[in-house]
Amino acid sequence: MFKILKYSFYDLSRSRWIYIYGAFYLLLTASLLWLGGGVSKAIISLMNIILVLVPLIATMFGVMYYYNSREFTELLLAQPIRRSHIFFGQYLGVASSLAISLLLGVGLPFVLYGIFTSPEIWNFSVLLLVGFFLSFIFSAVAFFIALRNENRIKGFGLAILVWLFFAVIYDGLFLLALSLFSDYPLETFAIGASMFNPIDLSRILILLKLDISALMGYTGAVIQKFLGTMMGMACSLGVLLLWAVLPAWGIKRVAVRKDF
Amino acid sequence: MRTTIFLITLLFTAAVIKAATITVCPDCECSSIGQAIESANAGDEVLIKSGLYQEGNILVDKALRLRGEGWPVIDGENETEVITVTASGVTIEGLVVRNVGTSYLEDRAGIRMQRARNFIIRNNRLENTFFGVYLEHCSDGLVSGNLIEGQAEEEMSSGNAIHLWYCKRMQVEENEVRGHRDGIYFEFVDDSRIRNNTSEDNLRYGLHFMFSNDDDYSRNTFRRNGAGVAVMFSRNINMWENRFEYNWGRAAYGLLLKEIYDAEIRNNTFLENTIGVYVEGSTRIRYRHNEFNRNGWALKMSGGCLDNIVNENNFLHNTFDLSLNSAPNNNSFDGNFWSDYNGYDLGRDGVGDVPYHPVKLFNYVVNRTPEAMVLLRSLFVSLLNFSEKVSPSLTPANVADNAPFMQKLNFSKDKPAY
Repeated sequence: MFKILKYSFYDLSRSRWIYIYGAFYLLLTASLLWLGGGVSKAIISLMNIILVLVPLIATMFGVMYYYNSREFTELLLAQPIRRSHIFFGQYLGVASSLAISLLLGVGLPFVLYGIFTSPEIWNFSVLLLVGFFLSFIFSAVAFFIALRNENRIKGFGLAILVWLFFAVIYDGLFLLALSLFSDYPLETFAIGASMFNPIDLSRILILLKLDISALMGYTGAVIQKFLGTMMGMACSLGVLLLWAVLPAWGIKRVAVRKDF
Repeated sequence: MRTTIFLITLLFTAAVIKAATITVCPDCECSSIGQAIESANAGDEVLIKSGLYQEGNILVDKALRLRGEGWPVIDGENETEVITVTASGVTIEGLVVRNVGTSYLEDRAGIRMQRARNFIIRNNRLENTFFGVYLEHCSDGLVSGNLIEGQAEEEMSSGNAIHLWYCKRMQVEENEVRGHRDGIYFEFVDDSRIRNNTSEDNLRYGLHFMFSNDDDYSRNTFRRNGAGVAVMFSRNINMWENRFEYNWGRAAYGLLLKEIYDAEIRNNTFLENTIGVYVEGSTRIRYRHNEFNRNGWALKMSGGCLDNIVNENNFLHNTFDLSLNSAPNNNSFDGNFWSDYNGYDLGRDGVGDVPYHPVKLFNYVVNRTPEAMVLLRSLFVSLLNFSEKVSPSLTPANVADNAPFMQKLNFSKDKPAY
């Protein structure tokens, strides 16, 4: 599996897109830090961008990579290698190269700006951690979708739809539910519902770190009580991990049974 | 005329001649402050040398000057009130008053003034006090340069640092107070000034202000207090050049205004408060030249706020600039700078050509369902706000700044407000 991971990683590191992706973050972060002023403000702006862009790029890239390397995959399938190893190797190759681009692109300017001496270091780490998780989660989802669909157009469409659902539609439905049932106590529901969307969960994790919880009134108090503690943090990271593991398990299931 | 001057001079010299100084020190003939006060006559000075005096319930019932030299410590041993003054014309300075015990039955204080006039409480240090300086039915007094530190842990069992009740024409200046329930407490206090004080880390309010008319407070700093500053049920209050900072928490605000009429809020800075100014039922208030920086809500107005004018303020990077919970609005928000404004200025006159709507749709949603706050800063909410901005349907259209400034306003050239 690691050999295949290595191959996909090298393959991707020769591709232009991954560099463009990294360079984009580098440019963005640097300009936010030096032009916008202030680590804290840069973290908030980056959060908005990372929460939208990382899932989108990971989904698109995952689907694209799977379809493009299909011939190589078929070649590998002819070899005596376990199927799950082939696909896991490819998936982890894509996810880790995306994550490394993100790490370098966002991390380098912050290190040069002096994040290690700043009190914001924890907020920054949460931001990076969340970016990592989102890369892994959404490329797994993308691989799963691509494996299930032979038709490229259908696969791409579905992947975009999934991204759109988690990034926008889910929150719309969430808000609708909140306002429809506003007569009932909804704090537990709000926590529960945000657990089902990795993007929401990531956003709340960062916002809590940035102390916006004070704005949230009673809901914020309940969320802070749940997520603000070590236990809650571990729990929500566990949920994020679960979000990465579930589609990966799906990849395995589909890959093993699929008739190529 | 000449006779009057002569008589006054005579009286003055007589007073000077009569005034004696009684020295108190641990090894002196007179080693107790109470004893010294008993033997003194009105107009005398009691000079207290440095040392530890374990005396409580010191009663000053004549016009004396209590002066400490080398910070003498008067220790109430957590059981009694320390100094009680019932006479007018008393001066207390240079003392360290320590350990006033907590009591659930009486309001013990470090220094209490009862029905006194023309007094000065200056440059004292009060440490571990229940109530610090407690003034009741007083007038024409000065409380200045005192450092008052308590160790309050909960509201139930703590008192206020500077407590004024039924007073007139008082000056509270350059004090530093912290660690009490309320930093400065005003109830039924008229024609008074609060200037250049620092009130921080108090459990409840930095300044608590009720039923007090015609007062002003300026150039004070209120920082990290449990709930900020509350100004309630008062008329003709001027609030100038104060700083309200870091009052951050679920029930915290920089400044609470409740039932306030005809006030001026000018040249203040509101920095990083959950709510900058929280206004309830307040009318004819002018907000001018204030800076609202990085607050959760810069201004939160609830129903019954009429004829307020918000003019020439800077609203910088607040999560919400304005929240209003009533549809009818006759308050004016014209002519401010809003950092979220992204209109254009074709005429190049420094004033934006399109109105700015400070109430966002999400703001409206959050007012109705507070739980929706979990969606703060999500893509969906940005889209929602954007679509509402393009064609307003739910947010009040008449709440707008029709002449928003393009550039941040610079107030430094202002003349002092008073």
